[in-house]
Amino acid sequence: MWLVLLLLGWILWEIGGKASVGIRDYGVGFLTSTTWDVGRQQFGILPHIWGTLYSSLLALAVGGFFGIVMAIFLTQDFLPPQFAMVFRTVVELLAAIPSVVYGLWGLFVVVPALRPVAAWLFEKVSWIPFFGTTLSGPGLAPAALVLAIMILPTVAAISQDALRLVPYRVKEAAYGMGTTKWEAILKVMLPTAATGIFGALVLGFGRALGETMALAMLIGNSNQISLSLFAPANTLAALLALNFPEAGKREVEVLMYAALVLLAITLVVNVAGELIMSLASRKTKA
Amino acid sequence: MSVIAPVNTHSTGTNASANGSVVIDCKLDHVFYGAFLAVRDSHVQIERGKITGFIGPSGCGKSTVLRSLNRMNDLIHGFRFEGHVQFHGRNVYERTIDPVAVRRYIGMVFQQPNPFSMSIFDNVAFGLRLNRFKGNVPERVEKALRQAALWDEVKDKLKNSGLSLSGGQQQRLCIARAVATEPSVLLMDEPCSALDPIATRRIEELMIQLKQSYTIAIVTHNMQQAQRVADITAFFSVDISKGSRTGYLVESGPTKALFESPREQLTKEYVAGQFS
Amino acid sequence: MSAIPRPMEAVQLQRAPFERRALRNGLLTLGAWAAAIIAGIPLISVLYMLVVRGGARLGWEAVSSLPPAGFEMGGGFGNAIVGTFVMVGIGGLISIPIGVLAAVFLAELGPTRRLSQVARFATKTLTGIPSILAGVFAYAVVVLLTGTYSVPAGGLALAVLMLPTVILTAESAIRAVPKITRDAAYGMGCTRSQVVWKVLLPTAMPGILTGVMLAVARAAGETAPLLFTALFSSFWLFDSGAKLMQPTASLAVLIYNFAGMPFDNQIELAWAASLVLVLIVLVINVVSRLVGQRRA
Repeated sequence: MWLVLLLLGWILWEIGGKASVGIRDYGVGFLTSTTWDVGRQQFGILPHIWGTLYSSLLALAVGGFFGIVMAIFLTQDFLPPQFAMVFRTVVELLAAIPSVVYGLWGLFVVVPALRPVAAWLFEKVSWIPFFGTTLSGPGLAPAALVLAIMILPTVAAISQDALRLVPYRVKEAAYGMGTTKWEAILKVMLPTAATGIFGALVLGFGRALGETMALAMLIGNSNQISLSLFAPANTLAALLALNFPEAGKREVEVLMYAALVLLAITLVVNVAGELIMSLASRKTKA
Repeated sequence: MSVIAPVNTHSTGTNASANGSVVIDCKLDHVFYGAFLAVRDSHVQIERGKITGFIGPSGCGKSTVLRSLNRMNDLIHGFRFEGHVQFHGRNVYERTIDPVAVRRYIGMVFQQPNPFSMSIFDNVAFGLRLNRFKGNVPERVEKALRQAALWDEVKDKLKNSGLSLSGGQQQRLCIARAVATEPSVLLMDEPCSALDPIATRRIEELMIQLKQSYTIAIVTHNMQQAQRVADITAFFSVDISKGSRTGYLVESGPTKALFESPREQLTKEYVAGQFS
Repeated sequence: MSAIPRPMEAVQLQRAPFERRALRNGLLTLGAWAAAIIAGIPLISVLYMLVVRGGARLGWEAVSSLPPAGFEMGGGFGNAIVGTFVMVGIGGLISIPIGVLAAVFLAELGPTRRLSQVARFATKTLTGIPSILAGVFAYAVVVLLTGTYSVPAGGLALAVLMLPTVILTAESAIRAVPKITRDAAYGMGCTRSQVVWKVLLPTAMPGILTGVMLAVARAAGETAPLLFTALFSSFWLFDSGAKLMQPTASLAVLIYNFAGMPFDNQIELAWAASLVLVLIVLVINVVSRLVGQRRA
């Protein structure tokens, strides 16, 4: 046990230690600056923080929605048990596929598929900032989509648990009042399971934040901030993945700083998610 | 939409006089859960303005019969009903009948109080909003809470969660919720078994008051409760002659008559407390 | 007999499928089905690509030869397979004993003690750590210390990732052992450690194995932690003796590297390697499920 706490502490200490040099030199400006130029020894990770948050939010919007719908679909008697098993297995298989493979697939299936869509949108509505650029190669949209697929199983699994925790008598009460199936789901089951589902979303968000490989391959590695869904961008994790292998000593310290930031963000989100989940299970036991 | 005239009874196996009109006429031939025959040959009639009690030993199918009246058993996989349940001139088990619609007109209160995790007001207003009630909602909510003898205790805290009330209060909240839409019939499945004696007493008094406005059918495992509350009592028992336990209606009639001078030997034994 | 002092309302029992509430219900169900099918499409697409493009290239040559350089044709990823196995193995060697021990400690301590709650919370949080940070950690600890990319560094990074999963699943497996079994053992006069080692662990073994296998499956697919701990290599691991302190290939990193190359040859190999990797992961998942179900 001590080992785990020790480990956690050690990780923090190590990264922190290395990062402290970076912090000393660059201070808070590091977080808000947007340039990343190795040659001039100038670093700023604002675009990466932006990219991390933006891509994860988009992924959460799509993946979270589909995840919750899947959870409803699997727990509210839409299917005979055997078929439910099939869909549940599909969701679990989605979770088992390694990140790199998703990246590979994203590059060769999603990007080509999105390109015409992006071009069409650019033609028609480029004044909407979301569609301000074309998709030349990797970019935010394919990365966010693949990310959504990757967090769908997480959201679906935890939401299923939350829905299953709703006592049977609450469901009975709803139907006894003469609700249709979806009225019972939307007006009674979901509100009752709301805390758990919210926790599922938060944890899914946390997973998205930490996702590295698929993003590194799909996000386009460009250090700019843009609202456009189809512009290339970058995330903290991808930054680390792409630059670490070739980094010189100075750059390593800076990257450690970035790693610390990433660690902080993901820890906060994950801890919040876990707290919400334990709150949810305590509520239903009451 | 058809305008409904009250349904007249046709002769039944009971001694109940056909004075009042029958709101629900349930002729149950068989009820199966999968391959298991749960209940057979039970013909009960729920009469307007009266409380009909279902009594009998455990496993005799009284809850099953009650839940068959508003098609609540549909929620259970493998449930099959053979027979008919006449309500407002239609058999509710016809394929063209929508079970959701049936439940709007037949309300139900369950053994375990099960208020929704929303405010007291929203709980009671739930049915009204579901059916897009165009009238004055707060007025109806108050009326329902008064009918459930809960108004005075909660009128200052309508915004509190329904789950913050005590067990007996929660059950009265469920009753208020059920009567807010003024259903034709109110079904109650052992509504007091999860409550303490004092709360039980309050709800029994409540039932007698509700009788003035609603038709009630109640399942109870407590004979004395049936004697206190029910106008008509139906006694069910278990048939083990074929190797499995199948419930069936033994006899039914005015409560006083059933308890004091039952026709069937089995009934005599049950009311004498010889088995339970 | 009392009369009901309100008029009988008009009662509509008939099914009316186009009435607003029923219509909305039907449309929502349709929508749910559509969403479920849409959610299945990516999986089908991925599997399809794997089988078609990966399968086209998969063969004896692919799994037995070394990775090709830029303009070369042919080649394979045999060393990557070996590398993955070795590093996952090391990861397991580190994380399994520590994890099971920790799980035993946690389980025996009881679920209500403050310490175990804190520890469990910390472990759950650890499962959410981005995999790349595990790599950063291993980098800081091993690579900087030893001055070179190496197999143990990769193994350590993987161990960090596997540890929380092993602990959590092992702990719940141990706690799931019925109290009666535990009592019976104590009743026979066993000491605490005998109960744990001779009774609890064997009984909980299927559950523990499931957890271990899931952790292994996850580790096999991880790329980020290996990127700067084991890096990559185009040579066999055991070429010149078992030199572990050198950069090593792995399936995941190979896929990553080749995916970005503008050469069709490499891309084909990436697909083939992906197929192998996914097959390995799926097999482990299925086996773990079977093992887990074996507990009667």
